[in-house]
Amino acid sequence: MTALAAPADAISARPTRRTYIEALAGIGFAAPAFILLLTTILAPLAVLAVLSFTNYELGALDLTFIGWKNFHKALADPVLRRSLANTLLYVALVVPGGVIASLIVAILVHRRTRTRSFYEVIYFLPVTSTLIAMATMWQFLLHPNLGPVNAVLKSIGFHEVAFLSEPSLVIPTLAAIGIWQLIGFNMVLFLAGLSAIPRELYEAADVDGASHPVDRFLRVTWPLLGPTTMFVIVTTFITAFKVFDTVAVMTRGGPMGSSEVLLYAVYLEGFQYFHLGYAATLTLIFLAFTLVFSIAQTFILDRKVHY
Amino acid sequence: MRAMSAPYAPRPISPVMARLRRFAGLALVHGILIAGAVFMLLPFVFMLVTSIKPPAEVFEATFRLWPRTFYGLQNYASALTTAPLLRFMLNGLIVCGGILIVQLLVAIPCAYALAKLRFPGRPVLFALVLLGLCIPIQVPSLPLYMALAEAGMLNTYFSMMMPFFLSVFAIFLFRQFFKSYPDEIIQAARLDGVGEFEIVWRIVVPSAWPAIAAFSVFSIVAHWNDLYWPLIVISDTKLAPPPLGMMFFADSEVGSNYGALSAGATIITAPLVIAFLIARRRFIAGITMTGIK
Repeated sequence: MTALAAPADAISARPTRRTYIEALAGIGFAAPAFILLLTTILAPLAVLAVLSFTNYELGALDLTFIGWKNFHKALADPVLRRSLANTLLYVALVVPGGVIASLIVAILVHRRTRTRSFYEVIYFLPVTSTLIAMATMWQFLLHPNLGPVNAVLKSIGFHEVAFLSEPSLVIPTLAAIGIWQLIGFNMVLFLAGLSAIPRELYEAADVDGASHPVDRFLRVTWPLLGPTTMFVIVTTFITAFKVFDTVAVMTRGGPMGSSEVLLYAVYLEGFQYFHLGYAATLTLIFLAFTLVFSIAQTFILDRKVHY
Repeated sequence: MRAMSAPYAPRPISPVMARLRRFAGLALVHGILIAGAVFMLLPFVFMLVTSIKPPAEVFEATFRLWPRTFYGLQNYASALTTAPLLRFMLNGLIVCGGILIVQLLVAIPCAYALAKLRFPGRPVLFALVLLGLCIPIQVPSLPLYMALAEAGMLNTYFSMMMPFFLSVFAIFLFRQFFKSYPDEIIQAARLDGVGEFEIVWRIVVPSAWPAIAAFSVFSIVAHWNDLYWPLIVISDTKLAPPPLGMMFFADSEVGSNYGALSAGATIITAPLVIAFLIARRRFIAGITMTGIK
């Protein structure tokens, strides 16, 4: 046995040592990331799950397990219901608005040769600008008495519109600003998708008699842009669901709770009232809503990113 | 011409009509794009003109675009003296720089290991990276806040940076990039006695420059503009990054001085916008490659 095994050992001696070194290097390289993964994502998730079954408040010396009480409370909580309804309304406006508008812009910009970069810069500008600063400007622009938007409306014979203080208008107004911020980002993704469509397909469609722009769009662009569109929709959904900045700066949930959104509710419960147990429950609810879409996003990414 | 020769062409179009139609189409396209552009630029233009208006003109009943008296110097001076705007930007620079450096130092070796090295636990680690991609920062923020409060580390640069040291997205992106790196070169380097550490940083990383640049743009834009996390851990004005500083500024007494407030907003928005205008291609390539916010 030993005589038989010896030569095999001699051959594999170097590879074995090599695999050993490789494994060691691999573990060493991955260790910092793994430790951070553990401390900044996995452990917090576990703590969050435990917290959601307690009545813990920041600074309290002890905590009591209260079972599903936080979840029952959340189901009956008018603030949460309102926040959820507002968030869903916001998403329902921003996703179609942000996707369709950016698709139109991308298609129109894509064909331009000399003016393409001009439009690209303008539409992309809001993506790089600090949203908080721009939100302050929007707030001023939309001011009922002092803002120029209302000045223009009045000058052409309309009544002034209280964009941010009329409960039924506040979410649509925030959604318009959300779309304003998203268009450039989505446009860039659509432009990348559009340039991946081979020109020959348009020529082929031309030969088949589909020379009208609408025909070309329906027969060539739209089907081939499918994966990009899917990705843009999913990313837009996630971004829209996380709406926070504009609410925190412009309305603080007002007037009368008509712009309370889910993340703002989490922020208030957790970091203003310090009801950490309940805030943990709300965070899990937030996670549940985004999870489906973030899993879809990860799945698409995993297939899409190839070099 | 082809349309005319085609048997099913509805009716021949005269060259004049064709040109007219083309012109009308172009006018429509540019009309739509310019109308959209006005909407996009509205707050920027308004910010710039308000920042050079005297208070009396800001509150005038009829809106005029251009101010009659130039008040820019006073507004910018008052913005810079009443709020530590330059300090906010320095804070933003420190936080973004710190986050990016640690993200790269942590993610690059890990991504290389996931792409090119066989080690126990590799599939599990990659699964955890994918899981991490599905968890937005707002989810672990509550426990992270508790830990930082417990350690007495709220109101520090560290507290602002710590949750972002690990970017699972960077690991994911770089892993994809490294996977396509030819194994033969790595093997050859190994045979020459080059250690794995050197292989990563001196051989593989230089080839991954486009991915690193793309990720850097993505990371800086995200963290320069982030409000949620700084709002939670920072209450000391001196440590505020630009968005939080802007919020403090707007809430303060000066906040009702719209001229100065607009000047402040201009100063805070300027660095990234200027960087974008200079490196437009990089920014757009970065977004296209990363494709995620």
